[in-house]
Amino acid sequence: MVHNEEFSGKMALSVPALLELRGVSRSFGALRANAEVDLKLEAGTIHGVVGENGAGKSTLMKIAYGMIEPDAGHLLIDGVERSWWRSPREAIQAGIGMVHQHFMLAGPESALDNAILGESRPTGRWSFLPPLLRPLDRKGAIQRLRKLSDEFGFDIDWTAEVETLPVGVQQRLEILKLLDRDARILILDEPTAVLTPQETDELFKNLRKLTRSGRSVVVITHKLREVMQFTDEVTVLRAGRVTARLKTKDTSAEALAEAMVGRKVVLRVEENGKSRTPVSNESVLQVEALTLAAARDNGKPRLNQVSFDVKRGEVVGIAGVEGNGQSELIRALIHPSHADCRTSGQVRLLGVDITHTRDSEIRSLGVSVIPEDRHEEGLLLDRSLEENYLLGLQRDARFSNRGWIKRAQLRTLVNEALEAHDVRPRDAEAKARGLSGGNQQKLVIAREFSRHPKCLIASQPTRGVDVGAIESIHSKILEARSGGTAVLLLSSELDELMGLSDRILVMYEGKFVAEHRRQQGSSPYDERAIGLGMSGVIQ
Amino acid sequence: MDEQNWYQSAPFQLAASTFRLAAPLVFAAMGGLLSERAGVINIALEGFMLMGAFAAAVGANHFADPWMGALIAGGVGAAFASIYAVFVIQYRANQIVAGTAMNFLAAGLTPFFCKILFDVSGSTPTLPIAVRFGSEPIWGAWILLALLAWLWRSTSVGLWIRFAGEHPQALDAAGIQVNRIRWASVAASGVLAGLAGATLSVCLSSSFSRSMTAGRGFMALAAVIFGKWRPVPTALACLLFGFLDAVQMRLQGVQIGGVGVPVQFIQILPYIATVIVLAGFIGKSRAPRSLGLPFEKV
Amino acid sequence: MNKSDRSWLGRALESLQPILAVLLGLAVGLAFTRFAGESPLHVLKVLYQSAFGSSYDLGMTLFHTTPLIFTGLSVAIAFHAGLFNIGAEGQLIWGALAAAVVGHAFPHLPGVIAPWIAVSAAVIAGAIWGAIPGWLRARRGSHEVINTIMFNFIAAGITSWLVIEPLRNPDTQNPETAPIGEAFLLAPFRVFDDAPVGPAFLLALVAAFLLWLFLNRTSLGYELRAVGQNEHAARTAGIDIARIRIFAMAVAGGLAGLVAVGEVLGNAGRFKVGFSPDYGFMGVAVALLARNHPIGILFAAFLFGALHKGAMDLDLETENVTRDLALVLQACVILSVSAEGAWHWLRRVGSAGKKRG
Repeated sequence: MVHNEEFSGKMALSVPALLELRGVSRSFGALRANAEVDLKLEAGTIHGVVGENGAGKSTLMKIAYGMIEPDAGHLLIDGVERSWWRSPREAIQAGIGMVHQHFMLAGPESALDNAILGESRPTGRWSFLPPLLRPLDRKGAIQRLRKLSDEFGFDIDWTAEVETLPVGVQQRLEILKLLDRDARILILDEPTAVLTPQETDELFKNLRKLTRSGRSVVVITHKLREVMQFTDEVTVLRAGRVTARLKTKDTSAEALAEAMVGRKVVLRVEENGKSRTPVSNESVLQVEALTLAAARDNGKPRLNQVSFDVKRGEVVGIAGVEGNGQSELIRALIHPSHADCRTSGQVRLLGVDITHTRDSEIRSLGVSVIPEDRHEEGLLLDRSLEENYLLGLQRDARFSNRGWIKRAQLRTLVNEALEAHDVRPRDAEAKARGLSGGNQQKLVIAREFSRHPKCLIASQPTRGVDVGAIESIHSKILEARSGGTAVLLLSSELDELMGLSDRILVMYEGKFVAEHRRQQGSSPYDERAIGLGMSGVIQ
Repeated sequence: MDEQNWYQSAPFQLAASTFRLAAPLVFAAMGGLLSERAGVINIALEGFMLMGAFAAAVGANHFADPWMGALIAGGVGAAFASIYAVFVIQYRANQIVAGTAMNFLAAGLTPFFCKILFDVSGSTPTLPIAVRFGSEPIWGAWILLALLAWLWRSTSVGLWIRFAGEHPQALDAAGIQVNRIRWASVAASGVLAGLAGATLSVCLSSSFSRSMTAGRGFMALAAVIFGKWRPVPTALACLLFGFLDAVQMRLQGVQIGGVGVPVQFIQILPYIATVIVLAGFIGKSRAPRSLGLPFEKV
Repeated sequence: MNKSDRSWLGRALESLQPILAVLLGLAVGLAFTRFAGESPLHVLKVLYQSAFGSSYDLGMTLFHTTPLIFTGLSVAIAFHAGLFNIGAEGQLIWGALAAAVVGHAFPHLPGVIAPWIAVSAAVIAGAIWGAIPGWLRARRGSHEVINTIMFNFIAAGITSWLVIEPLRNPDTQNPETAPIGEAFLLAPFRVFDDAPVGPAFLLALVAAFLLWLFLNRTSLGYELRAVGQNEHAARTAGIDIARIRIFAMAVAGGLAGLVAVGEVLGNAGRFKVGFSPDYGFMGVAVALLARNHPIGILFAAFLFGALHKGAMDLDLETENVTRDLALVLQACVILSVSAEGAWHWLRRVGSAGKKRG
């Protein structure tokens, strides 16, 4: 194996790429996750791999790491072609390490045990035993790891159980684990999804240190700001294909965005020249001083004195980096009786206190929900479209009579809804799993809108949805608004929020730190100001 | 009465029978622990044990040597457990369903072969004292515990088993084959449950008899849960359950104030205790996170 | 996988899978009889004769089918709610004891209502015993598999004490309760000679149909299945999953309790300790074989009932094979049916073969 020192300081073109993938293809059933993808990772660089959800980034990286075998393609390490990894073990031995989006850490085990999992260093005295039975050299390991962590300025309590460590520390642990295995190629899958802006900066500072010592880093992300700010090179994927391969300094966020989504105008919500109908003064949803205690005893509260209201015919957007309490807020609103929601404060719907109401009653009061994760929370994937349409409506008078389901009526209404919302295939008996992301979401929206909600809570309504479907979803939301629905909108796409919202509340660490009202004109919001709020600069 | 030796005194006798009755539980529970911590639910422990008890009786009978009985019991346990492993690991059969089937299979096969070998389906011929174990299995259980506890904490394989049940993806990502670890763990649980069965038929009694495990496999499983899926607490739970069993046996038929002692209530204490612990009324007993889930790559 | 790229072979394999699996399991199980020096074919003939050879034999097969329908349905409804009910054994024991106690305590009830009272008592007792693990799962998060197993042993312990001490039949040494009143006894149908098949069997058929209706035609049934399919989606849709779980386990327990109708009211006329040859665990197999479909359970229960009855004559009719073969055969069938991965692989091979060809 080549030692790291050989690479330090050399970045000349004559040095072969540390890792090169050529013409990689991989299909899952009918889905082509990767189609003839090329990726070239130069020594000593941070390489961004960007693309929307489902563009094939994770598949590509799992191929590079030996977790998935490609259908076709070539693998070159240090410019030398070799056969594909048969397992991650081979990739690890060749110096590739991966930090997965969901950390590969066992919560109840110690940080140290997590770090030394999978290592098999010979330990002199016990070498007569088979490797399996040799005692773990925890003392030696801790010395090695301390040295490494000092080198990069990490600080980890090695005896602590992983589940007691903050997320940022867990991530550092993952990186140290790889360094300890002599990884010189680090792949990080969506590393900043769970980090605060400060932690993100910290992470990239550390990654930069790694590249200076000759290692290379691949960062998979869909956050363009990070790509522009921290990477040296970028590869853009769209629908499984490479659409751009650039040096970061030669490109712009707009150009990358275009390559990602494939058309110029992204997420600009058209108003069709119509002026927005004015918001009424009647509050539909009122939240007062809602506080949600920390999941653990010593942590910060997940929601801290949150107060706001949503009026009839108003779209209120909530902006914030993921993990700043948005999901918790939604959960506290729709599952107030859930044990995990130890709340104080008050939630009122149309003047009725629903703080301690049963979930089912809240829904029947006229609340519709477009959940953040439609697979997990929105659909019965192995059931028909018809049964999925019925979910939550099974006691609605249109579909049931004294507890019996009106089957003929259901079928008629489902077919109408599939038609009206352009869900494909238009087959009430098709399984939900077989639909594309966009069609699944349209089905959810068809269902949730069918009850003519007084209040709509929509989380990430266009995540992982194709461009055509995005437009139709946006227009449905604005239609509902015109019809007098109060809409609470949560999205990680700032453009979407700015396009749809009458007001934007900025959330940071469980609190609202700013409120922005829609201005007249072509740029209704000050994007920079919102960004500052999201990053915690304004508090 | 005064001339009794100390080892004939009631407390000592009770302690001795506690350890005797706990021994098969410890063996089986350690087997259950291995399998469960590796992520495979093991309600087939009962069946493994029954096969072991039968194999040990046959082996000891044939070779006139209890050690051969134990050896064969371990081997048969491993083979039988391997069938279970093939179904739940390779073929992704539901672990509870397949476990139920293994228990049926053991309950059916043991009298079936017993009839073929000895022409009676109820029990194997009585083993003479010389062909039975004395206290070896009782010591063996605790030696096994010490060995396992060390393996658990201090070796790679212990670490891997823990991860196989808690976070198999992490183990896979570290380049170790999860299903191989699970396979080995289930096979090992077969060996240990086989030895537990051997303890029953060649140590605690003198022959194999139809369904002689009488729920001890499930009780061992209960001990694993009561011990919160950790070796030493699990063994202590076995000891407690063994103690209850010993007390119960002593009180059988005893009248207090003209009323028989309801020993059945002592017999069900282990199960009630397990329910209480599992419900988190006394501390929380948390199962390995991936227990019962087949591991599939990506 | 799309409909289009699946060959006829793949599809045929899928629809025939349960039948193929059963045949394979039986074949493997029968092959064991070779060890006993018997011809598997001869054993099969004995099994067949004993299960269906006369109207009495058929009646006995149906008699054993009846409890298996109830426990199969019990496992199935829990399964539809995403729960594994291994506790039908404990639930049916309580059901049977309750029926026996009521039948003994009120011997003078008129014959029109007497059986109904006993049936209600059985259902309620079973339902309570099922609801407790349901509650523990829903409110305390403890796993129902372990709990229902524990509850089987707890039920066995408590009932055996009750039967030996306070409820003992003074006229016999056997651990059983005193006989129930005449009015509670259900007369068997005449067509099966003396086999104790009576209204209980009809009740089982009705229960299966009602359960099917409930699951597929009612709002509550839909909610129950939604919880089993995806609890998060069900919760988001406003369904109270804790209540559904407790309800499902209570119904499961009630269904298991109905075993009392055939065993206590229709046959023994009293509660006998150990009367059930593991009907509860067999219910798991029955439900699995039927893929939890209530109507399919009728057929699966019939198969298992036939194996159980068929094996009874083996002791006499063969040299070395005992009735224990029933357990072996049942186990082989369960294993064969449960091997999801193997069948999946077969279907794929079937499909791939067609594509190349």
